Amino acid sequence: MEDNMEGKTPEEKPAAGVAAEKPAPRPGPMPKKAGVGPRFVVSSSPHVHDGRTVSQIMRLVIIALAPAALYSIYIFGLDALRVLMISIASAMIFEAISQKIMKRPVALRDSSAVLTGLLLAMNLPSTSPWWLIVVGNFFAIVIAKQLYGGLGYNPFNPALVGRVVLLISFPVHMTARWVTASRFGTDAVTTATPLSRMKDSLATLGHIDIAFGRGEIFDLLIGNRAGCLGETSIVLLALGGLFLIWKRVISWRIPVMFIGAVWAMTGIFHLFDPAHYADPSFHVITGGLFIGAIFMATDYVTSPVTKKGILIFGAGCGVITVLIRLWGAYPEGVSFAILLMNATTPLIDRYTKPRVFGAVDTKKAAA
Amino acid sequence: MGSGRFFGGIHPSYNKGLADSSAIVEMPLPERLVVFFAQNLGAPSQPVVKKGDEVKKGQVIAEAGGFVSTPVHAPTSGTIDSIGIYPSPVGVDAPAAVLTPDGKDEWFEGCSVERSSEGLDVGQIKEIIHDNGIVGMGGATFPTHVKLSPPAGKKMDLLVINGAECEPYLTADHRLMVEHAEGILDGAALFAAVIGVGRVVIAIEKNKPDAIEVMRKAVAGRQGFSVEAMGVIYPQGAEKQLIFALTKRKVPAGGLPMDVGVLVHNVGTALAAGEAVRYNRPLIQRVVTVTGSGIREPKNILARVGTRFEDLVKFCGGLEGDAAKCINGGPMMGVAQYSLDAAVTKGTSGLVILRQEEVAQFVSDACIRCARCLEACPMRLNPSALSIFIEKMRFEDANEYNVMDCIECGCCAYVCPSRRPMVHHFRRAKAEVRKLQRKTG
Repeated sequence: MEDNMEGKTPEEKPAAGVAAEKPAPRPGPMPKKAGVGPRFVVSSSPHVHDGRTVSQIMRLVIIALAPAALYSIYIFGLDALRVLMISIASAMIFEAISQKIMKRPVALRDSSAVLTGLLLAMNLPSTSPWWLIVVGNFFAIVIAKQLYGGLGYNPFNPALVGRVVLLISFPVHMTARWVTASRFGTDAVTTATPLSRMKDSLATLGHIDIAFGRGEIFDLLIGNRAGCLGETSIVLLALGGLFLIWKRVISWRIPVMFIGAVWAMTGIFHLFDPAHYADPSFHVITGGLFIGAIFMATDYVTSPVTKKGILIFGAGCGVITVLIRLWGAYPEGVSFAILLMNATTPLIDRYTKPRVFGAVDTKKAAA
Repeated sequence: MGSGRFFGGIHPSYNKGLADSSAIVEMPLPERLVVFFAQNLGAPSQPVVKKGDEVKKGQVIAEAGGFVSTPVHAPTSGTIDSIGIYPSPVGVDAPAAVLTPDGKDEWFEGCSVERSSEGLDVGQIKEIIHDNGIVGMGGATFPTHVKLSPPAGKKMDLLVINGAECEPYLTADHRLMVEHAEGILDGAALFAAVIGVGRVVIAIEKNKPDAIEVMRKAVAGRQGFSVEAMGVIYPQGAEKQLIFALTKRKVPAGGLPMDVGVLVHNVGTALAAGEAVRYNRPLIQRVVTVTGSGIREPKNILARVGTRFEDLVKFCGGLEGDAAKCINGGPMMGVAQYSLDAAVTKGTSGLVILRQEEVAQFVSDACIRCARCLEACPMRLNPSALSIFIEKMRFEDANEYNVMDCIECGCCAYVCPSRRPMVHHFRRAKAEVRKLQRKTG
């Protein structure tokens, strides 16, 4: 049996996992001959488990993302497939190499590297050159995840760290080479994302000038627009989210609070000044909000564990996204918002510590 | 009074069908009994027999070692073969007497004689319960007379007889309720009289409809008695959770049920206490569910205290297939045995034997903070953070995060996808925190 338990003390080892399969016969007096009869596995209670594993959870998230990923191949063509494959492969290779170097057990089985590679690919344009994808995965897997101690110890969402490093270092590749949906056959046309068009119109015309009618809304929902691979097909992302909630992998709290906060905040501004602030529904279905709220902000490791904390985290992501979209230098703020909130996660957990059952009310006791 | 529910909890596979329709069978006396001297929570009992002594059934072989302690009695008549250290079912080696039955099974003078409990005052009843070695038979083995002696000024208004039996596999309490309803209620009435409460609730999980029916019929004529059918969720039978589900009262953290006016006793304890008072019959036998896929014929056995697990298994037709794990108690809170050398004590509610394919071999991993444990914890703790603190030996932080309120029910570990040994961590931290508290006074 592999022994990768984190326990540092000898007395901790036996009970972590299942200890020795067949303990040695014990010395000392026994009612009968010592050392005969069956010997059993000894471990700490409980002795049963509901069967859910980390890799199962990772696989469920991958399954939930699959429709949107496949759809991206349909709308952006083989370029999307290329980005997906390079990204997943380089994530797995970086994971294996760093685990080897750091003398950790190589744990590709847990599928977390596949998921990180997939998520990063979903956050890249279909025009990304191969080296960009590899650099992004290097930062995601090696810097953001393995150097911090591997799965479970990373404070920031690895895929988002990869994306933001690329966004800052290679802005042209990341933000200026959008193509519209090609659907094979037809030639892709260079274009801009809806959010950058909104921001550009505001800068050049002094007011927002975007078409947002029924046809546009339909196009946005089915992903008929420029954007990263995975952020365009709102409908499929939402279905993936419902699947994860149904499978009890994620709770509704982060997506609903995140998207809700964006909708409510942009809604208030739009109500007072529609010339300068776009319709809240436009904000909700453009950019990377859905993939961010459903698949990135819900990352277990980097989001709070307490119920109250999760609500605060989701709302915080929404508020920061809106701040960046409305007044920041970048057209889109979802990635930055999640990473900033990742940084607050330990603090949020600390101040939303659940009240133990039967906690003695100190206020009441004092009164 | 509603049968509400408590926070958290899990729904494990109950697997009670293996044994829940098998009537209790009395096991013939084995060749040898190993009777441990420390059979209660609190001070260990002090042996009063030596090697070679002849003893009668029900004779005291160890006296109470203090107030929070009870005597231990010879489970049958015979000879004390030896006194030594033997593997106990809770995983440590402990002093015990080996008794070779003489086959006559003769009662000690004065034991098992019917008498009237009328005219006995509260003090006398408590004394009888103490003298007959009655302890909590749900597994905690806390001396019953102590629980019946609340400090002056504690006002109690409700007695709960705990028949929830939420541990998977175990059916001992279930069978007791079906077969000995009147005896349980007699014991309950006695408890109620001692602490002066008029209201008695028998709490049973809904997965035991026959027990609920029998008990409902049995309480019909008794003033103040009722039966509550409780939701099937683990740990429904945990004292604090059961009280909350029944009454919405929260036992304060670090407190006892008596702080909210409730006393909880297990059905087996009630039966044993009732018989102790009525017949002067010491606690020398109990019902043990021997079950699991690793046993040929699952049974509910009336076994003498001191019956070795090996003999229980033999009585059930032996091990089946590749039996790989043997648990004293249920699979959620029971103690894994490395061999069948340990023996039945007053707290042994069952012996669950699992096969290889049910005994997961696993390696624990880092916490991925999925928060499933926070949802499952019935005490509303943050097991995720606690386990991370304890791994880093930060016991003071663990204390600040209320590790002392952990009831070790195992829900967190049951749902942990990283298979972290949560309960093991928490037991360790509790011991360390106690050490720290002793040091600082």
